[in-house]
Amino acid sequence: MNFPKEPLWRHPEFRQGVRDMAPIAAGTAAWGLMTGVAMVKSGLSVFECVLMTVVVFAGSSQLAAVPLMVAGAPMWVILATAACVNLRFVVFSAHLRPYMMHQPLWRRMAGGYFTTDLSYVMFTARHPKPVPPDDLPTLRAQEASLAGNCAVTWVAWVVPSLLGIAMANAVPLHWGLGFAGILALLGITLSLASSRLRLISAGVAGAAAVAAFALPLKLNILVGIAAAVAVCLMLEKPARPDAGLPKAGEAA
Amino acid sequence: MMQTDGWTIVTILGLALVTVITRSFFFLSSKPWTLPDWAQRGLHYAPIAALAAVIVPEIVMTQGSLISTWRDARVFAALAGAAWFFWRRGVLGTIIAGMAVYLPLHVGLGW
Repeated sequence: MNFPKEPLWRHPEFRQGVRDMAPIAAGTAAWGLMTGVAMVKSGLSVFECVLMTVVVFAGSSQLAAVPLMVAGAPMWVILATAACVNLRFVVFSAHLRPYMMHQPLWRRMAGGYFTTDLSYVMFTARHPKPVPPDDLPTLRAQEASLAGNCAVTWVAWVVPSLLGIAMANAVPLHWGLGFAGILALLGITLSLASSRLRLISAGVAGAAAVAAFALPLKLNILVGIAAAVAVCLMLEKPARPDAGLPKAGEAA
Repeated sequence: MMQTDGWTIVTILGLALVTVITRSFFFLSSKPWTLPDWAQRGLHYAPIAALAAVIVPEIVMTQGSLISTWRDARVFAALAGAAWFFWRRGVLGTIIAGMAVYLPLHVGLGW
């Protein structure tokens, strides 16, 4: 891979990625703003809130961790809880692997770190099929597209979060603007609902996550995923060939 | 306003590490491997399940228990957002339709 690389942000696909993500940046921003406000109001210091916004970069895990931190929970409890809330990213990473493996480890980790729910769904919708590992120009274009998605989300998350931290006492939490973040996640969840079994998967996961809510460490999320996948695998007709993701060795 | 505390800083750095590891979990190792067939098929259903497991409790639960009243702005907002999505597609419309229902009910009526 000795061809000269122009920076990712100069690639035309980067702009495409930005254009794809821009329309929903407002939802990310509203969620970021309220997360900033909520962190300050929970009692973290301003420095801690700023550090959290800039380095953790994961709204749902921050919101799950902050009350535990304030309550003085043991560190492993806090980290295990965040890991359960983030389980969906582990699933996404299995799907993203063929788009990533041509890069060195640190770039794969950076790519993963910046890829939030919205970027994952937006990116895989635009590039549904991974290309062979030797098609470097296309892989590079996909990298640029993902980087464009992530850049928008990063700015739309971090800047409003910092604003929220700065103006914590001027923005009333009871407006509930943070619900915009849940609605954004709802929208991308529905955009994944491309088959009846996937709708069933969402229904089973949601119901199981509610039923198992009392479990510690947010393990209810793990229960939800496991229940939904198990039910869908049982409902699948055994002989049915895979419809979506192509498998290695499958003749088209 | 609380004092910044060293232990909290370490926890925050730990949380950042959790973000990195979970988001790049399956491409950390460069050893070639393939998922077993059932997991490969499960991957069709797992992403939407994982998202639903996070958001559904945020919509229908308060303080750890299922809501017991229909007067909850979140439920109506989620229904409005979903209705918009199935009518027109588009995540932005889902957010706007949902918030257009949520804010009056929540701020106005206190639901």
